[in-house]
Amino acid sequence: MSKEVVVLGAGMHPWGKWGRSFVEYGVIAARAALADAGLEWRDVQFVAGGDTMRNGYPGYVAGATVAQALGWSGAQVASTYGACATGAQAIDVARARILAGLCEVALVVGADAAPKGFFAPTGGDRPSDPDWQRFHLLGATNPVYFGLYARRRMALYGASERDFALVKVKNSRHGLANPNARYRKLVSAEEVLASPMVSDPLRLLQICATSDGGAALVLTSSEFARRRTTEPIRIAGVSTVTPRYPNTLIEMPNFATDSVVGSQVPDTSFRDSIAQGAYEQAGVGPEDLDLAEVYDLSTALELDWYENIGLCKPGEAEKLLHDGATALGGRVPVNPSGGLGCFGEAVPAQAIAQVCELTWQLRGQAGERQVAGARVGVTANQGLFGHGSSVLVKR
Amino acid sequence: MKPKQPAIEGWFTFNDEAPHLLGTRCTACGTYFFPKETFFCRNPACASSQLEEVQLSRRGRLWSYTNNCYAPPLPFVASDPFQPYAVAAVELEKERMVILGQVEAGIATEQLEVGMEMELTVGTLYEQPEREVVIWKWRPLAAQGRA
Repeated sequence: MSKEVVVLGAGMHPWGKWGRSFVEYGVIAARAALADAGLEWRDVQFVAGGDTMRNGYPGYVAGATVAQALGWSGAQVASTYGACATGAQAIDVARARILAGLCEVALVVGADAAPKGFFAPTGGDRPSDPDWQRFHLLGATNPVYFGLYARRRMALYGASERDFALVKVKNSRHGLANPNARYRKLVSAEEVLASPMVSDPLRLLQICATSDGGAALVLTSSEFARRRTTEPIRIAGVSTVTPRYPNTLIEMPNFATDSVVGSQVPDTSFRDSIAQGAYEQAGVGPEDLDLAEVYDLSTALELDWYENIGLCKPGEAEKLLHDGATALGGRVPVNPSGGLGCFGEAVPAQAIAQVCELTWQLRGQAGERQVAGARVGVTANQGLFGHGSSVLVKR
Repeated sequence: MKPKQPAIEGWFTFNDEAPHLLGTRCTACGTYFFPKETFFCRNPACASSQLEEVQLSRRGRLWSYTNNCYAPPLPFVASDPFQPYAVAAVELEKERMVILGQVEAGIATEQLEVGMEMELTVGTLYEQPEREVVIWKWRPLAAQGRA
């Protein structure tokens, strides 16, 4: 049996700060994906919704919320949450139902309306919740963790603040021609390095914003797609791996790593295992990639991902960047969409948006940001509380 | 002087010269947990539920550091005006784990370097009218004895 499903349609609501309901963004993205697939909403047999934690009860049951807004059709539904990995989980649930033969057409949708500024824990006094504790006891915002990773990278590999700034410069150039990106403005390294420090060594223009946005995919079985397209874009791997004990990298929202006493450190780190899970399912390797969409929550993190997804060895990411290998026109462009640097994060939509971009790239529909001849792409992302997220897409 | 109250009960000692973080250790496989794991050992190769409370090492090496230049959101209780502060991740040699903490007030990131030796101290998290709420913090060993 084929382990692949087809992306028949992809759609987005542009990222920004629109001041509207997340439901609206989800519905617009879903309709765009359905139109792209050439299908009607009532053709959808299964809806997988990516939940949002910041929009009350409708956000916890996002699949049904969007289904109701599109008009109750009797479709089966699931709503899932995995922090920043939410979208990959929703894709995986839909994929599993299609591969199990339980449905032929599934809609995957995620949307968010995000507050301004730092992400904070959900309201209320919850002294036993690690996410509450890290803010109350330590003030450990997400950028604090990004700052720790960035400083560590500088100490281990001699990376500089300017190296990090050049990631932002690259991605700002990529996002210029993306109609769904929120920030479409070329920035210089000097501008990045003159922006206010948030969490040393990371400045405002090196940390992704929080955004509103929505993304959706129509996934179908290969048999169903065969009647509709001769050049299907296929999802050949979805990794939603968790860490293996002991996880030696400090992760949000934890106060400490696991202890290495009493057990063996796994051969593969959690971050390395994320894309590896997708590669193994698809039977491809990093050498087969034409492009990647990775989670640049900070500029420095994008460099970590180059190594984690196997584009280069540890410590060589800066060289890859300086050589232009990861810029449009290079050997393996990373974040041709502009990445989170140009989008900001709309949590449950983001991992779905990464797959939308790969779909358009592999179809050759990405316009001025097109990666020439792209055939294989991967996404990589990680959600707090131990959620890996990687999707391998090919044509 | 106001009485001191820990910001969270049972995570650290604070009434002596040499404060300690309080963790647990699995009596079967020997692994450590901070904050304390009290139900089951989380090592997947270990089925033990015998966990003993232990004081963790007071010293370690700086794994990485950063700071907060802007006040974190609630439930953090920020001073007004907000005073930026550094955050440290310190690797304990015996326990072989990395533990986060605020850095002692007044120590800037410029005074920190990955690999330097750090030690545990206790300092103010925020003030209330009747009490000083305290939390564990890290400081460079070289800063010991400063005013």
